[in-house]
Amino acid sequence: MKRTIVATVNNTSGVMNRITGLFARRQFNIDSITVGMTENPSVSRMTFVVSVDNQRGLDQVIKQLNKQVDVLKVRDITDDATVERELALIKVVSAPQHRGEISALAEPFRASVVDVGRESITLQVTGDQQKVEALIDLLKPYGIKELARTGITAFKRGTTKSDFETPKYSIIH
Amino acid sequence: MGPKMEEVQGRKLKEEYQEMTGASMLIQALGREKVDVIFGYPGGANLSTYDEIYRTGIHHVLARHEQGAVHAAEGYARVSGKPGVCVVTSGPGATNVVTGIADAMIDSLPLIVITGQVATSAIGTDAFQEADVIGVTMPITKHNFQAREVEDLPRMIKEAFHIATTGRPGPVLIDLPKDVASTSGIFNYEQSIDLPGYQPTVIPNKLQIKKLADAVTEAKKPVVLTGAGILHAHGADELMEYITKQQIPVASTLLGLGAFPGNHELFLGMVGMHGTYTGNMALHEADLLISIGARFDDRVTGNLKYFAPNAKVAHIDIDPAEIGKNIETQIPVVGDAKEALRMLNEYDGTPGEFSAWKEQLNSWEEEYPLWYKEEGESLKPQRLMEMIYEETKGEAVVTTDVGQHQMWAAQYYKFDNPNCWVTSGGLGTMGFGFPAAIGAQFAAPDKQVVAVLGDAGFQMTAQEMSILQELNLPVKIILVNNASLGMVRQWQELFYDQRYSNSIFPIQPDFVKMADAYNIKGWKIEDPNEMQAALREALDYEGPVLMDCRVEKDENVYPMIAPGKGHHEMEGIKP
Repeated sequence: MKRTIVATVNNTSGVMNRITGLFARRQFNIDSITVGMTENPSVSRMTFVVSVDNQRGLDQVIKQLNKQVDVLKVRDITDDATVERELALIKVVSAPQHRGEISALAEPFRASVVDVGRESITLQVTGDQQKVEALIDLLKPYGIKELARTGITAFKRGTTKSDFETPKYSIIH
Repeated sequence: MGPKMEEVQGRKLKEEYQEMTGASMLIQALGREKVDVIFGYPGGANLSTYDEIYRTGIHHVLARHEQGAVHAAEGYARVSGKPGVCVVTSGPGATNVVTGIADAMIDSLPLIVITGQVATSAIGTDAFQEADVIGVTMPITKHNFQAREVEDLPRMIKEAFHIATTGRPGPVLIDLPKDVASTSGIFNYEQSIDLPGYQPTVIPNKLQIKKLADAVTEAKKPVVLTGAGILHAHGADELMEYITKQQIPVASTLLGLGAFPGNHELFLGMVGMHGTYTGNMALHEADLLISIGARFDDRVTGNLKYFAPNAKVAHIDIDPAEIGKNIETQIPVVGDAKEALRMLNEYDGTPGEFSAWKEQLNSWEEEYPLWYKEEGESLKPQRLMEMIYEETKGEAVVTTDVGQHQMWAAQYYKFDNPNCWVTSGGLGTMGFGFPAAIGAQFAAPDKQVVAVLGDAGFQMTAQEMSILQELNLPVKIILVNNASLGMVRQWQELFYDQRYSNSIFPIQPDFVKMADAYNIKGWKIEDPNEMQAALREALDYEGPVLMDCRVEKDENVYPMIAPGKGHHEMEGIKP
């Protein structure tokens, strides 16, 4: 199963190395890592998407991360209400006559054209992983020349709907 | 940068605001941490530190190889309960301590390792004697630091001692570049420790303790598995109180030996690959397994599929990551072993009723005790261990390397007291036992220290005989000499159709002559009938001693759980 884990870490040299080294030597599978500064310049925020086999594997990832002195807080936000975003740059093979078609395809995804070449067009898309993947799938038939993805970065939402507002059952169907 | 000397002159001039070099800070800080001995080796990148050692006269023991220094620091840490301190130079000096650091990491020994480093301006240029020690030791230290600014050094040292000795102990490394060691700065050692990412849980959750206590009341076949966590927590007295009260049989891991007296009627012996039949079967049949400060290492559990199949598992560990890592745990208790036991002792639960269970264990013990064939002309290594136990009355500190001699020592020397057993468990490091004995002797100057070593492992760190000679340190080296890599030979015999690839030494040095070269009294014993008297003489001898004991060469360690097998599938039990 895929889980999204967010960690705040000390923004000191070598922290990224500590974390990726830990993942490699414990045989944890990572789909993506993003890292960047937070509102506090001495603290960085990392977002991992990991593949684990079971709950015990997930527990180990979190516990081993927590053991690192430079890791301040770890949270599995997969089941929380979150804002998740990834950015992808997609260079698609495109003869001039296909440009319009590709642009039209990009529109519902709110992807923008950021570069145009004689034989290619580059799109930028942001969104959750499913959206990014859906667009990539659509563009595949045209031929993808290059693809760069940032990986997911994520946040817990500021307000979450409480159980009171969304009853789990209803007497009227 | 902190305030300069002129700026603090007006204030009350406290010691902690003195201006001094990084090297001087280091030695001052070690003094504040009450370090009474450093094991180390000088080199180009730590000359300033060694100059400070020279000028202050802080107690330093010069090893003959950095590996010797770090293992000595480990032995010191294991016996004293205080962090062992090891100071080495950059590059090869640092890489030579890597084995010891990894050993300390996996066996949870508190170490402070100070490595020299090339000057900050040269870092990353492949300078002379440069190695990326932070990168190399990242996975094998609890934490490591590189001091790039001299003002950071006091804080780092303070944090290093805190991290190494609290929670689950472990090695912490400080990489000290040459220019930082010789640059001056303000020494402030009064600052408080601020590590928001490091907050070990010491006091266990009361509800979990209650759950555990209630499980004991309900259990019919409980067993306590003791690990080194009890020793690190200094919880042997609390354990004794708990067992006396609850009357639960006790089995031990290799590293936990001594936490509970080996001669106690409720003691079942060591468990695992070469554990006792009773100990292993107790785990296999138990309905409640209470692990205290042990981590379910694969050498303990055997095949996980068959491990403790009927047991509810309670696991007390200060490291939450150990709980549930290998074994599914029903009652997790995160906290210090001593605190957990203290709380269990305070909890007023109904004691359980285990007489039938104890009867079963006793009958196994009677039917399948540890055993070896006593016939034959040559000295039996198992008998040698019994003799060491008899002659030291179980009061010595025993150190070992890894392999057959280690297992025989664990089986036949009954560890009656805590912190008297120093062995390389997790990493299984050859060459560990001898230098560890040197460190142990510094930690316990009034105790007899016996280094039980294989003839192969001894040759990996034998150069440290210089320390014995130089300081007339009365360590007793007992070589269990079978002229082979005994455990490798045993596995080749059992699992590789007796193809003894590179495990039998075609030649050996004359160990007595080697000892003689270091002015150490040496004996060679071949006749088993002479062994005990010679051993007595050696132990009574005032200075260091080496005994080359020629033991039965083909002897194997039994009983044994073969790889992939479960506790109920032991081989080599008494017929």
